[in-house]
Amino acid sequence: MKSKIILKRLLQMLIVLIGITFLTFLLTYLAPGDPATAMYESMGVVPTEEQLAQARANMGLDQPFLTQYGRWITGCLQGDFGTSFTKNQPVLDLLLKRLPSTFKLAVLSLAIMAVVSIPLGILSAVKQDGIADFIIRGVSFLGISLPGFLIGLLLLYFFALKLGWLKVASSNVGFEQMLLPSITLAIAMSSKYTRQVRTAVLEELHQDYVIGAKARGLKQGEILWKHVLPNAMLPLITMLGLSFGSLLGGTSVVEIIFSYPGLGILAVSAVNGRDYPLIQGFVLWIALIYMVVNLLVDISYNYIDPRIREAK
Amino acid sequence: MAKLGQFLKTKKQFVFYSFLVLVIIFVAIAAPAIARVDPTAAKLRDAFQAPSAEHWFGTDALGRDVFARVIYGTRVSVSSAVILVAVILVTGTALGLIAGYFGGVVDAVIMRIADMMIAFPDLILAMAIAGILGPSLINAIIAITVVSWTKYARMARSLVLKIRKRTFISAAEINGSTHSHILTHYMLPNALPTMIVTAATDIGTTMLSLAGLSFLGMGVQPPTPEWGYMLSEGRSYILTSPWLLFFPGAAVFIVVVVFNLWGDSVRDIVDPRKKTKKHFRRKKH
Repeated sequence: MKSKIILKRLLQMLIVLIGITFLTFLLTYLAPGDPATAMYESMGVVPTEEQLAQARANMGLDQPFLTQYGRWITGCLQGDFGTSFTKNQPVLDLLLKRLPSTFKLAVLSLAIMAVVSIPLGILSAVKQDGIADFIIRGVSFLGISLPGFLIGLLLLYFFALKLGWLKVASSNVGFEQMLLPSITLAIAMSSKYTRQVRTAVLEELHQDYVIGAKARGLKQGEILWKHVLPNAMLPLITMLGLSFGSLLGGTSVVEIIFSYPGLGILAVSAVNGRDYPLIQGFVLWIALIYMVVNLLVDISYNYIDPRIREAK
Repeated sequence: MAKLGQFLKTKKQFVFYSFLVLVIIFVAIAAPAIARVDPTAAKLRDAFQAPSAEHWFGTDALGRDVFARVIYGTRVSVSSAVILVAVILVTGTALGLIAGYFGGVVDAVIMRIADMMIAFPDLILAMAIAGILGPSLINAIIAITVVSWTKYARMARSLVLKIRKRTFISAAEINGSTHSHILTHYMLPNALPTMIVTAATDIGTTMLSLAGLSFLGMGVQPPTPEWGYMLSEGRSYILTSPWLLFFPGAAVFIVVVVFNLWGDSVRDIVDPRKKTKKHFRRKKH
């Protein structure tokens, strides 16, 4: 990708980021409920009117909307994302402390998912309409209809509680604590990916170059591994990027089920506590990470896809 | 009538799944007759009873009958998912038609907002919106609509662009048809079949999103019986009363499977080649 295109993408990202922050800021501004009251409630104190007014002034809530927004954005650019109403700590610290554990969880679950669904998808496509294909399609269809929280609860019940194989709900985050949550996430995703891999491989198998290769007398296996798969896997990279981004933010349900100390739990508690600075910081961070990951994916195409690589 | 008979004969899959969907709808409507017990009636004396002849699915922490709650839960889940899909369908289609038909600035503004929504993981935004607006079913519906309309808008827009330059549209314009006439009489009928099929296939997934938000406590509020929330309530008693999880969980699963199968069979009838899917994949940047 030429640097000009990258620059254009960066500019687009900036606009989207401004849009997203403006939207969340507007929503929090319009939202019913008062964070000052919420803060006192979370401390278990019944505040007087003066205390409330004082708290609102401290939080900058008495300023006009655009001033509040401008002040927040300038703060963000200087690395100051505000202070959490409920936890009384800087938002940035809170987020950075939780980020690694969610990051690890996302990577592990994507890895498990890829190991499961890529071979199954290929098998299903190569043996199209065979028994294996039939079973794989059936199971992945059922998998799509299973909500993630149900998978999580079932795994928790059988493996952690009934069989006692794995410890969950512990404060340190080791491999053992990550296993069940990441399997849950992997199961939820792999149904979708298996179908996607199958479609992609099937699509490639019906291309003219496959017939050409067959006509040249290449072996079935060689055609599959050297020609079909590299082409079929390419669109998956984009999908993986998107999934990674949404995993970083969308693991709340699973984190709650397994009491896994990640970003998701933090986000839910922020939402429940009307902790606006934390919500806004979280949304901004996720948007940023999501877009950077997707930009990296697109740039990686430069090196992976010979059609783009040689177009220079 | 003979034609209808012929149609039903050739579309056995569709008929079968439609029957199952009707059964679910029947359960939702006839909930009071099937369950016979008030799903919100708490009797603390009866709390945490295992499934028995009296309480088929056991009772929960407040002694409420789980069978009644699961059956009544059908009402909330099915009706809210259908309403939500309808709202998304209408919003997305309307915006997409307008963007595609008028083009220019209108198109740019609508589609840039859509880009913004797509450049963002949807559950997060839905969570933030539902959380900020306050937890309720209506707000959950608004939140999911805000993040999901883009897919429909893109689709409707591209369908409009396909016929925008065709002669019958020019003819209508020359004849002095108003914009709204062209939109409702030419554009909408052209786009509608594809849009409705997509909506039909989305009902199952939508149900899962709603149940997910309710599970997080940002959707349906107690004491209304809803499966996602029941699962979240039952979570604390997973060791002692697993039936609090198994029955609502199975209910979500079965209903979503049925709606997904039904949606697929509808798509197979209207578009056997599944052409729509290929054209409207998520945009690569």
